[in-house]
Amino acid sequence: MIGAQISALALVAAFALAVVLVHDVLRSAVLYGIYGLMLVVLFVVFQAPDVALSQLVVSTVAFPVIIVTALAKVARRERRRR
Amino acid sequence: MTRSARIILCAAGLAGLVALLAWGVAGLEPFGHYPGPYGTVLNSVEPHERHAANVVSAVVFDYRGVDTLGEELILFGAVMGLAFLLRENREENTRGVRDRVPSEALRAVGLVAVPVVVLLALDLVAHGYLTPGGGFQGGVAAAAGLLLVYLAGDWRAMRHAGPLPVVDAAEAAGASGFLIVGFATLIASGAFLENLLPLGTFGKLTSGGTIPVANWCAGLEVSAAFVLIFLEFLEEIMAEREAK
Repeated sequence: MIGAQISALALVAAFALAVVLVHDVLRSAVLYGIYGLMLVVLFVVFQAPDVALSQLVVSTVAFPVIIVTALAKVARRERRRR
Repeated sequence: MTRSARIILCAAGLAGLVALLAWGVAGLEPFGHYPGPYGTVLNSVEPHERHAANVVSAVVFDYRGVDTLGEELILFGAVMGLAFLLRENREENTRGVRDRVPSEALRAVGLVAVPVVVLLALDLVAHGYLTPGGGFQGGVAAAAGLLLVYLAGDWRAMRHAGPLPVVDAAEAAGASGFLIVGFATLIASGAFLENLLPLGTFGKLTSGGTIPVANWCAGLEVSAAFVLIFLEFLEEIMAEREAK
């Protein structure tokens, strides 16, 4: 159990770093989805299934979708300005 | 500010943060031994008082129902603000915009996933007060299911599956339903969300009194809120697409 906890924490830390360090915002948004999935694993390992379920849909679906659609909108506007 | 000055400032800040964090973590109780009495008390008292098998739901929709009302109204206000801003400023209409799915694999997987996700969402809401889950989790999952309609079919199919007037009405009905349950119990007994309905048998779908009612209201409100966010954002993108 301790091993699962440590690996879940390590995975969350690794993907959190990846989200911040990647320069491309689109990649960052997709990585955020995977980071959210790692958080779900963390919550399950630490026996918080209710939180895990909220995290599952919010951070792997809803939040990345909002970011990606906002990016699409901004990118089009930038292109039109040029 | 020069580069070296910035590095020194950052290092000093980081060192302070790390020191505070280490101090805090060192002072934590060991895992599973938290000192607050609230959870322990609820775990022993809730099954007799409310008959809901998932104590978390009993906290969210009963003991701390006012907190949940605040959270719901925050979401409601945020979504209303978003709809107000985007609908007001939308210049182009979206008639005749084409939006084809480029990948057959995406279409196939999406079509299989839509009913599965929607059923799972309904199950999460329906059994929210018996097993892990509840109105919020199930509501967001249902909205994700509708978003899969966009991924598998097209944006028009999604708008057809969740027409804006229906979603608007569902959003309002969910939010006001929670308020009505809360204020009805407030008038009847003097406390917000006081559990007045028959409590039923522990572990059955009919257990929990007002908890299932508040739970379904929250599910309706949250799913409609997220569907509205997705629809408004997609509409924005489609409006841009035609202008190109």
